[in-house]
Amino acid sequence: MIEEVETKDAIKTQEYFVNMGPQHPSTHGVLRLMLELDGEIIKKVTPHIGYIHRSIEKMSEKDSYRQIVHLTDRMDYLSNHMNNEAVCLLVENALEVEVSDRVKVIRTIMSELTRLSSHQLWWGVMGMDLGALTTFLYAFRDREMINDIFEETCGARLTVNYNVPGGVMFDIHPNFQQRVKDFIKSFKTKLPEYDDLLSNNVIFRQRTEGVGILSKEDAISYGVTGPTGRASGFSNDTRKHKPYSAYDRVEFKEILMDKGDTFSRYKARILEMWESVSIIEQLIDNIPEGDIQEPSVKQVIKLPKGEFYQSVETARGELGVYVVSDGQKSPYRLKFRSPGFSNLFVLDHMVRGYKIADLVAMMSTIDLVIPDIDR
Amino acid sequence: MDNESLKAKIAQWVPDAEFEETGTSKAQLLNAIITPDKLLEVAEKLRNEDGMKYDFMYCLTCVDFPEHFMMVYHLRSSETWNELVLKVKIEDKEKPEVETLCHIWRTAEYHEREVYDLFGVVFKNHPDLRRILLDEEWEGYPLRKDYADPVNMISL
Amino acid sequence: MKEPLDLTPLTQSIHDYLLSYLSPFWTTTVEWVIIGVLLIAFVALSVMGLVYIERKVAAFFQLRLGPNRVGKWGLLQTLADFLKLLMKEHITSKNADKFLFNLAPFIIVIASFLAIGAIPFALGLQAMDINIGLFYITAASSIGVLGILIGGWAGNNKYSLIGALRSGAQVVSYEISAVLSLLTIVVLSGSLQLSTIIESQSDGWWIFKGHLPVFIAFIMFLIAGTAETNRGPFDLAEAESELTAGFHTEYSGIKFAMFFLAEYVNLFIIAAVGATVFLGGWMPFHIGNWAAFNEVMNYIPPVIWFFFKVGFVIGLIMWFKWTFPRLRIDQLLVLEWKYLLPINLVNLIVVAFIAMMGWYF
Repeated sequence: MIEEVETKDAIKTQEYFVNMGPQHPSTHGVLRLMLELDGEIIKKVTPHIGYIHRSIEKMSEKDSYRQIVHLTDRMDYLSNHMNNEAVCLLVENALEVEVSDRVKVIRTIMSELTRLSSHQLWWGVMGMDLGALTTFLYAFRDREMINDIFEETCGARLTVNYNVPGGVMFDIHPNFQQRVKDFIKSFKTKLPEYDDLLSNNVIFRQRTEGVGILSKEDAISYGVTGPTGRASGFSNDTRKHKPYSAYDRVEFKEILMDKGDTFSRYKARILEMWESVSIIEQLIDNIPEGDIQEPSVKQVIKLPKGEFYQSVETARGELGVYVVSDGQKSPYRLKFRSPGFSNLFVLDHMVRGYKIADLVAMMSTIDLVIPDIDR
Repeated sequence: MDNESLKAKIAQWVPDAEFEETGTSKAQLLNAIITPDKLLEVAEKLRNEDGMKYDFMYCLTCVDFPEHFMMVYHLRSSETWNELVLKVKIEDKEKPEVETLCHIWRTAEYHEREVYDLFGVVFKNHPDLRRILLDEEWEGYPLRKDYADPVNMISL
Repeated sequence: MKEPLDLTPLTQSIHDYLLSYLSPFWTTTVEWVIIGVLLIAFVALSVMGLVYIERKVAAFFQLRLGPNRVGKWGLLQTLADFLKLLMKEHITSKNADKFLFNLAPFIIVIASFLAIGAIPFALGLQAMDINIGLFYITAASSIGVLGILIGGWAGNNKYSLIGALRSGAQVVSYEISAVLSLLTIVVLSGSLQLSTIIESQSDGWWIFKGHLPVFIAFIMFLIAGTAETNRGPFDLAEAESELTAGFHTEYSGIKFAMFFLAEYVNLFIIAAVGATVFLGGWMPFHIGNWAAFNEVMNYIPPVIWFFFKVGFVIGLIMWFKWTFPRLRIDQLLVLEWKYLLPINLVNLIVVAFIAMMGWYF
């Protein structure tokens, strides 16, 4: 609460509240942070969420499994493909059907492209939050190519809805492989530019290094997953530990950092982009032939009675889908364990004692997508 | 620690615990169902006992069954990636109450607020139990099966 | 030998013409009005130009095209924006201190206009060539921070207040560095009068004549000048991603436009002072006593030289803005008090020594 602090000169100062958001350039959506400030120094941050709560979990209880897939696009719209995949994998595993290798590889490539596009957007916005406005458009230059690939194959750029239970909606476009290869080729020359423009900048380093340190214990306790947690040394990559789709047949490193400061979180994502590029490179030339949809998955899907949990690694961390099924065509209860929800609430723990400008930097490296938090 | 020895261990702590296995035939999850009064004790042991160290709670939610509420805690050890589902059966549907776990797993604080918001389960000793997604003035708990909103909900 | 184009006869003839009709008092009054109108027109035009250039420069850095719809190459875009701002509603928030709230934009604009009066645009084209011209410009332009402080306070908005206080700390600190770096040239040229400083560069600009110390001073001036105009990477007072719009969050319409105007006028002033003091102002590019070369350079009119140099400095400052991330407030002050200020002080002593020994060209 507000209290008057008596300084030694007997001048009274007062702590005060500032509402950051729900309309604020750096909260990336409708997040409201209530800051308790002593001058520029943050004493406490209270996140207020729910401005874009659409009760997706309640809606899912009335929808069929095929419909639920479409809702997931609207959660973490930057990890749209992985969100779709989570529900599809859950349904397939529950029905105990095996999708063809072709589908697995396509899904993996698509997921990694989505991860790249999400990290690109994050990088651009990260620079913008720190006042380097140019990064945003550099990032969008590269992201545009991925969106074009999506548009050609999926018919949409953001809410792709490409996965369906039992496969993918359409086969890949004939140009797909060539375009992905072109993109990878160009992006490998563009990624070092990211370092030149931002990572190696003196001001940027000063702003981020040693700031907002999150220890491994706290990361685990707060349930911080994704690159945010991995920058603290918390090995949590679902792709590694519980491989799904084609992740068990590709080689990639799980990026682990040890410092846990803002710069580590930044660097983890940059390195992760290199890993994604490498995963795509390994797969793009060997997409096996096969069915794109498993014929045994019927139009109206009824899951067997029971409880199922499926997690995938989105660009932000572990997205879990927990379904309690009573054998009907819609789930009895469906819960999305969204990575952003857990990641957001570590902010207060991280930011105390730092300045407003640091808060903005930390919020960027947590990489929040508000619809993902609110669901 | 495999499921059998885990089961034995938990049964040792809570003799009346029930066990079941959920998930698919490939990925089985051990579920341990206990009563609310034992929750804190079991949770602390699961978190701290050697060989278990379920230090990562990756999911916390509630399910509204016709006869009872079921709190579902998905636990995982960050070292071995062993997983366990801890369930708490709350028989009292009128006034569901359960002990908070936010001192053991910090992430529980906000997940519990969400459960309170959407299911109305009250978490005892919670430091800041307020609605999180909905308005402070919201009436009812939307994810309960008996929740009705004649204006905004379309029932098929 | 061809001398640089001197505009003094032109201004003198206007003066004489007026004198032949009017008493000396009215002559001065009429001249004031003419100068005022000319300066306002110049400022309005140059700010619109600068905004357009800034947007085009930003677009260039950001792989975009920039404004290209209104008028040829989007040239009228800023005019359209200006008209839009003119017609917007004036919003004064309910709990604002109304008098101060309305006063702040004027203070800022007046401070900028005061300073621009002493800028020598070309040989003989200077509104007032006072003997403490440099001192006057720095003094006048530093009044602007009062406007920022008042504006930030009066809006009754916490973002504004934080922005204003940041700006206060920042401008007061960086003023020292800016002045100290300018002092190096005052030491070398022995005068605060801008025309004398320019005259002293007729055999070469100070940045070339004064060896490394003057070059360092120029860099310091650029950094401090950028900070003084509240431009990126020192735009903490605005800090869009932190404080939404900083000290002018609550302003709208023409009052906002005035802040905007002042920002670009200040940019121009900083660039003009830098160009005048370090790069010879309107003085053409001369090298020592190479008479032939110097004569060729004299064929280019001084006013073109001046705007070319100002454009160069503005280009540098814009380049900073669109490349660097923003500093944090403590880093900003550390940079000034722990680095720039000591370097400047040492530099000033070195320059004084050079000047004393005559070790410059």
